[in-house]
Amino acid sequence: MSEVIALHPGVDPAESPLTPESWGKLGMWIFLAADAMSFGALLAGYGALRFGSGDWPVPSQVLGVGLTAFMTFLLISSSVTMVLALAAIQRGDMTGLKKFLALTVLGGLMFLGMQAYEWTHLIERGLSLSGNPFGASLFGTTFFIITGFHGAHVTGGVIYLSSYLVQGLLGRLHQGDANQIEIAALYWHFGDLVWILVFTFVYLI
Amino acid sequence: MASTHKQPNYIGVFWWLLVLTILEVGVIFLPMARFLIAILLVGMALTKASLVAMYYMHLKFERTTLGLIAVTPLLLCVLLVFALLPDHSATPHLTGAGPTTTTAPSSH
Repeated sequence: MSEVIALHPGVDPAESPLTPESWGKLGMWIFLAADAMSFGALLAGYGALRFGSGDWPVPSQVLGVGLTAFMTFLLISSSVTMVLALAAIQRGDMTGLKKFLALTVLGGLMFLGMQAYEWTHLIERGLSLSGNPFGASLFGTTFFIITGFHGAHVTGGVIYLSSYLVQGLLGRLHQGDANQIEIAALYWHFGDLVWILVFTFVYLI
Repeated sequence: MASTHKQPNYIGVFWWLLVLTILEVGVIFLPMARFLIAILLVGMALTKASLVAMYYMHLKFERTTLGLIAVTPLLLCVLLVFALLPDHSATPHLTGAGPTTTTAPSSH
């Protein structure tokens, strides 16, 4: 411990030099690293199945690229409102925090609504977990598992951020809680980052 | 630390993300080999993911060790992709050694 203090003289000896402001942030990053490996394994498995298949359909000819491009725009926009919510609480602007948190939650809900619409449309056209009228049946399996796993993350994020929005509306959030919002923001941005990769690998390539 | 650095231009990053997304959708309609299109798409996707991680998740302003935690799963996933490559070369329709459809194993 004394070596740590000597190397990082400005660091509180009770805190790790990794994240001097927050153990919670370190915990979230470790969780996200583990979660990233789950998504990485799913996408790597998708690649292996796809390139090992002789009749894999061209995704852009089966899936709605226009709709999902707009869903991508929504998630990117919600990431902007999330960083603006964090910036607001960091400067003590609680009205700004509530406004931008509400917009972020709204963006997440719109994304989930569009995903539900997309799924319903594809299921009506015959795509399912075990069937695909356009070619390899594993196309449907991988599509629903990967987008479903991501959708579950967005659902969790909406609930996570909504809990802070409710606390904000009840007046229980203060400038000193900025660290909690930053940790929640990390989770939300991770969902955006993963969607960027899912959009490219599952819908465009 | 995210709370002490100068605030990045979040809106500027948003415009970059938006432009790259529009380019991605446009690229798939280009009259080019699918392999080249895939390389372009992966390059743009990794650029977008990096922008989100560096600026929105503030990784650019965090300590290097936290960045290493973030990069570790990426390296492991690259290893996983290489570990799965032998499966592709063993696939009959890719090697020309067999029919393009596979038959389900008979039940006993």
